[in-house]
Amino acid sequence: MKLQVNGQSFDREPQPGQCLRTYLRDLGWLAVRKGCDAGDCGACTVWVDGRPVHSCLMPAFRAQSREVTTLEGLGADGQLHPMQASFQKAQAFQCGFCTSGMIMTCASLNEEEKKDLPFRLKGNLCRCTGYRAIEDAVRGHVVVDDDVAGRTCGANIGTSFAEGLVQGRERYTMDCVIDDLLHVKVVRSPHAHARVLAIRQDAANALPGVRLILTWEDVPRKAYTTAAHDDYHCDPDDTFLLDNVVRFKGQRVVAVYADTEAIAEEACRLIEIDYEVLPAVFDPVEAMKPGAPRLFPEGSEARIDDPERNIFKQIESEVGDVAQGFAEADEIYEGDYSTDRIQHVHLETHGSVAWRSDDGRLHVRTDTQTPHLIQEKLAYVFSVDPRSLHVFSERVGGGFGAKQEMLTEDLCVLGVLKTGRPTKWEWTRSEEFIAGPGRHPYQMRVKLGARKDGTLTAVELRAVSNTGAYRNHAGEVLSAALVSPILSYWCPNKKGTGFAVHTNAIPAGAFRGFGRTQTAFAIECAIDELAEKLGLDPFTMRRINMIREDSAVRGIFPGGDEFDIGSYGLDQCVDFVEQALQSGRGEPKPQGDEWLEGKGVAIHVQEGAPPKEHRSQANLSLAADGTFHLSNGVAEFGNGTMNTLRQIAAQILGVRAARVETVVGDTDRTPFDDGTFASAGSSVCSKSVELAANGLKGRLLTAAAKLLDRPVEEGKLFDGNAVFADQSISLSELYRRTPQADLKFDVKRRAYSTPTTLGFVVQGFRIAINKETCAIRMLQSVQAVDAGTILNPMQLSGQIEGGIAQGVGSTLFERVVIDDEGDVQNATLRNYRIPAFADVPRTEIFYANTYDKVGPLGAKPMGESSIVPVSAAIGNAIKDAIGIRLTSLPFSADRVYEALYGDDAEGAESTS
Amino acid sequence: MDLHTITTVLRPSGADEVQTWADGHAWLAGGTWLFSEPQVHTDTLIDLEGFGWEPLKVSDAGLEIAATCRIVQLDNFKAPPDWVAAGLIPRCCRSFLASYKIWNEATVGGNLVMSLPAGPMISLTSALEGVCTLWSRDGTERRLPVAEFVTGDNRNALRPGELVRSIHLPLAALRKPFAFRRFTLTNLGRSEALLIGTRDPDDAAILLTVTAATLRPYQFRFPAGVSNAEVRNALDGAIADDRYLDDTHGSPRHRKHLTYLFAEQIRAELGV
Ligand SMILES: Cc1cc2nc3c(=O)[nH]c(=O)nc-3n(C[C@H](O)[C@H](O)[C@H](O)COP(=O)(O)OP(=O)(O)OC[C@H]3O[C@@H](n4cnc5c(N)ncnc54)[C@H](O)[C@@H]3O)c2cc1C
Ligand code: FES
Ligand code: FES
Repeated sequence: MKLQVNGQSFDREPQPGQCLRTYLRDLGWLAVRKGCDAGDCGACTVWVDGRPVHSCLMPAFRAQSREVTTLEGLGADGQLHPMQASFQKAQAFQCGFCTSGMIMTCASLNEEEKKDLPFRLKGNLCRCTGYRAIEDAVRGHVVVDDDVAGRTCGANIGTSFAEGLVQGRERYTMDCVIDDLLHVKVVRSPHAHARVLAIRQDAANALPGVRLILTWEDVPRKAYTTAAHDDYHCDPDDTFLLDNVVRFKGQRVVAVYADTEAIAEEACRLIEIDYEVLPAVFDPVEAMKPGAPRLFPEGSEARIDDPERNIFKQIESEVGDVAQGFAEADEIYEGDYSTDRIQHVHLETHGSVAWRSDDGRLHVRTDTQTPHLIQEKLAYVFSVDPRSLHVFSERVGGGFGAKQEMLTEDLCVLGVLKTGRPTKWEWTRSEEFIAGPGRHPYQMRVKLGARKDGTLTAVELRAVSNTGAYRNHAGEVLSAALVSPILSYWCPNKKGTGFAVHTNAIPAGAFRGFGRTQTAFAIECAIDELAEKLGLDPFTMRRINMIREDSAVRGIFPGGDEFDIGSYGLDQCVDFVEQALQSGRGEPKPQGDEWLEGKGVAIHVQEGAPPKEHRSQANLSLAADGTFHLSNGVAEFGNGTMNTLRQIAAQILGVRAARVETVVGDTDRTPFDDGTFASAGSSVCSKSVELAANGLKGRLLTAAAKLLDRPVEEGKLFDGNAVFADQSISLSELYRRTPQADLKFDVKRRAYSTPTTLGFVVQGFRIAINKETCAIRMLQSVQAVDAGTILNPMQLSGQIEGGIAQGVGSTLFERVVIDDEGDVQNATLRNYRIPAFADVPRTEIFYANTYDKVGPLGAKPMGESSIVPVSAAIGNAIKDAIGIRLTSLPFSADRVYEALYGDDAEGAESTS
Repeated sequence: MDLHTITTVLRPSGADEVQTWADGHAWLAGGTWLFSEPQVHTDTLIDLEGFGWEPLKVSDAGLEIAATCRIVQLDNFKAPPDWVAAGLIPRCCRSFLASYKIWNEATVGGNLVMSLPAGPMISLTSALEGVCTLWSRDGTERRLPVAEFVTGDNRNALRPGELVRSIHLPLAALRKPFAFRRFTLTNLGRSEALLIGTRDPDDAAILLTVTAATLRPYQFRFPAGVSNAEVRNALDGAIADDRYLDDTHGSPRHRKHLTYLFAEQIRAELGV
C-alpha cells in the first residue's frame, strides 16, 4: 500500500485489522499518540487529505493513496505552524500527551470554527490543563515570558521541552523503536475472589509466536507492595507477581509473552483456568462484619491490623476532649457523606519497556512518578543488585498518583530475565479502569459542635475507606484524610477514627489530594450545615474558626504533627473569594423561573510536604562552557517540577533558565529521590536545589574573589559572570583559570520533608440549577491560594486550573460504576466521562501576598491541593440554591433529580 | 484500535459480489464503532466503501439517504427551503457524543445498525418517518420504518448478512414544523433523552418520537389539541418503567422524568 505521510512516500502493507494510528507509528511517526484507542480522546488526531480524523478509528487500508499529515509534518520548511507556535507561547500543556491531537485539531479550524471551541474540541480530552491554556493558544495569547537572567523566578518561564513537544519530537514511554520486542498480555481473573486450581496452557503454548507463559508457579514467591513510598512499611507486602488466589475481578493471573500483541491476546483467550470461587464482599462496612469473607486469612504476617474484620489499618486518635466539647456545644450537627471510586485518567496509559544492554545491565523505560523507588522495588522482587538496573522516563503523560506504583515494570523485567529479549507491556485504556488504581471510595460521618457565637467546640470524623483487594497507599491516605482537612480549624477538641478496609473491589491507590478530597468534602459541607443551624453565614462561620497565624496547628495526633505556618494567607484568600462571589462577575443566572442560583465556599489547609519521610538530592555543577548542569531524581509528568527546579537554580545563580540543563527521572543520571508525589516536587526537591544552588554560588564567588583578589562579600553572579564592584569574570573563564585542584564546581545537597509548612486554598462557586431538568450550570468559579512566592505564575495557575477541572469532573459526573458482581460498567472513556472543554468553567484565581519562611525562595507547593475544596464548594452552592444537602458524590443531574424529588419522583412527574 | 482478530478485508464493488455470509463477517462502513472496541468474534470485514452509493438523493418523493452517507455529508446537506424539518439534521448531527472529526468517517447506516438508544440518526430518521431499505444476501429487498427497525438497545430487525441500503425520508415529513429537546449529563455529551415532535401542517396532528431515554424509539401520534394528560397517559401506557435505559449516561428514573417533561414542552410548543 502506497501513501504519503508528511510529504514523504511510503509503501508498506498494513495488517488486515490495523488502524491508521499504529500503522503510522510503525512507519516511525511516533507523535501519533494513544489515549484511548477508541475515538474518545483525540490524542491520535491526524489529517487525512487535510481533514482531521481520529486515526485510531480509521482502518489503515483506507489511507491508500492518500496524504496523511501528523504533528511532525505540520510545520513547513523548518518553521513552526502558527498553531504550534501558539501552543508554545501559551504553554498550552502540562504533561503534553494530548498536545499532538490538540494541535492537529486546532490547526484545522478556521476562524469561524474557532468561535465554538466547546463544540470543536469536544473530541479532544486533556486531563491536565483544565483547557484555559488551550483556549489561550487558539486565541493566540502569548503567556510565556522572556527568559531573562536574574529574573527567572516569578516569570512565566516556558518549559524546556516545549519546542520539541509542539513539533512532535518529545518521546513518551512507548515512543521508542526496539527490534525483536516481546509483547506482554495477561489473563485477568473473571472472579472477584477465587483460588486458582489448574491452568491449561497447551493450546496457547502451541500458538506460533508465543515465547513464554508464566503462572504463579513460575515466578519468585516473594511478597511485596506495588505502592511506592520511601518507607516500605507504609504499605504491607501483600502482593505476589502472580498469585494462586485472586481477590478482585481483573487481577492478573497468567502472563503471556509473544512476538506480537495479537498473538499474545490470542494466547490469553486459549488459556483455560479452573477456579474455586470464593465468597466475595464489596462493601467495606459489610466486610468488617463478623462472618464476612476474609481476604487475607494469613493477615498477621502481612501486617494487617485486624485480619478477622478485613481491616488493614485502623486509626483512632484524639486531641483535647471531644466529649467535653460536645457537652459545651449549643448546637450539634451530625451527617453522613460518601464518595465513589473515580479514576485518574492520566492520558498516557501505564506501560514499560525493558531490555538488557551488552554490558548485562537491565534498562527499564517506564512512565513512573518514582523511578528510584521502582528501581529498589524491582531489585527487591527479583533479588538483583539495584545498580544493575536502570529505571528512567523521558516524557511521562500524566500521573496524578496512579504512577506511584509498580504495575507494569515487573512483568517486563521478568520477560527479559527469562528470555533475554526486550519486553514491552502497554496497557489499554480499559485495563486502567478494571485493574489500575483509582481514588479510594470513602464513607464518612462528621459530627460538629459549636457555641451560639459560632465557635467550634468539637470536631469528630469517622471514615471508612474501601481500599479494595490490596492495600496500596490506604494507610497513608487514611491518615491524610483524617488529619488534613481538620487542620483548617483551631478547635481544641478533635477526634478521628478511620478504617481502611479490604474488599474484593479493584484496589484503590494514590490520587491527587490523597484522601483529603474525600474528607474535606464531608467536613466543609458539615461546616455549612452547622453554620445554618446557628444562623451564621458560611464565611463568618469560617472566619471565626479557621486557624490563625499564631494558632497551634493540630490534627488528631497529640503532640505528633510537625507543622510550621511558614506564611499565613488564609484570611486574604477568604476575603478574595467572598468579594469575587459578590462582584457580579461571571455569567448571570439563565433566564427563567426554573433556574435557581446558589453560592458556595470551602476552605482547605494543606501540609506542604509528604507526611512520611521524603528524601531528595540535587547535584548541580558548572560546565567548562559556563552553563550549569542540574540533576534531581524527581519525575516530571506534567507537574512542572522540572521547570521549577531549573528556575530556582537559575535565579540563585543569576543566569537565564536556559543555561541550566536539567535532568530528572533517571536512576543512572540523577541521585536518589523518592519521586514526585504529595507535593514533594515543589517542597523537598526544590529545597535540595535551593541548597545546592546556594552552595555552588558560594563556591563560585569564592573562587572568583580569590582569582580577582576581591572581597567575596562584594561579589554577585549575573548572567554568566561573577561580578564585583569594578571587575567581572565570565564563568567559563573562571572555570578555565581556576587551578585543577580548586575546581570544585559541583555541589550535592540533600533535603527532607521537615519542617513542613502549610498552604491554603479557598474555592468559591456560583452555580445555577434547573429544577425541571436538574441540570447544574457553573456561573462563576473562584479560587484563592496562598502559595507563598509565586515562582512561575503560568505554571501555578495551570496546576490550579487542572486541579479544579478534575474536581469538577469528580463532583459532577465522574464515577466508576461497579455492579454487584464486581464488574466495571464503564471501562471506557465513552462511558466514563472526564471533563471536556465544555464542562470546565474558567476560574478567577487570586494569590495571597505572602512569603514562606520554610519553602524554597518563599514558595509553597500547590499542585495537589487545588482539587480538594471543589466538591464541598459545589455542594454548598447546590444547598444554597435548592435548600437540599447532597451528601454523596457525584452530583450528576440524575442524582440531583433523586434528591429533589426522591421517593416522590412520580409525584414530580404529575406536577411537571 | 487494532482489531487483531481480523484476517481478511474484502473490498467488493457491489453487494451482489457478496454471496456468502458466515459468522465472523461484518460490514464495514465508517468503522468508527468497529474500530473502537475489540471485535474478537469477527474475522472478516466487508467494506461498503466500494459500492459507490450516492450519499444523498433529493426527489419529489423526499430524501434518499444512502446507508454509507457520512454524517458530515448529511450535516452539509442544503435542503430546499420548504423542508422545514431539515432543521433537525444539524441538531441531530450535533447530538452525537462523537466529535465532528468522527463525522468525517461515521455513516448514517452504521448508526442505525448500532441501534444504540443514543443514536441520533435513529432519532432523526424515525422522527421524520423514515423507511429503510434492507438488502439480503439472496438478493431480496424489504422495507421497514426506522422506528420498527430498531427493536431494543443494540438490537434491530437485521438478519445475518442483511444490509441497510438506504433510508427514505418522505417529503411530507420533511415539510413539517418541529420541536426538539435533548438532555445530556455532561455538556455536549451523550444523549440521556432526545425527543422530537413534528406537526402536520394540514391537520395539526403531532408525531412525538421518544429516543435516547428508552431502549428503542417510541412514537406517538396525537390529534390537534391533545392535552397534557392525554400525552402522559399515552406515555404511561406505552413505556413501562423497565423500558427506560439504565447506564452511566443517566438513570432510568431521570430519563423518564425528562421524557415527560420534554413531551409536555413539545406538546405546548407545537400545539396551536
Ligand atoms: C467517540 C465516539 C462517540 C460515539 N458516540 C455515539 C453516540 O453518541 N450515539 C451513537 O449512537 N453512537 C455513537 N458512537 C458509535 C458509532 O460510532 C456511531 O454509531 C456511528 O454512526 C457508526 O457508524 P460507522 O459507519 O462508523 O459504523 P461501523 O463502525 O462501520 O459499523 C457499525 C456496525 O454497523 C454495521 N454496519 C455498518 N453499516 C452497515 C450497513 N449499511 N448495513 C448493515 N450493517 C452495517 C457494522 O457491521 C457494525 O456492526 C460513537 C462512537 C465513537 C467512537
Ligand atoms: S486514541 Fe484515538 S481518540 Fe483516543
Ligand atoms: S497536557 Fe493535556 S493531557 Fe496532559
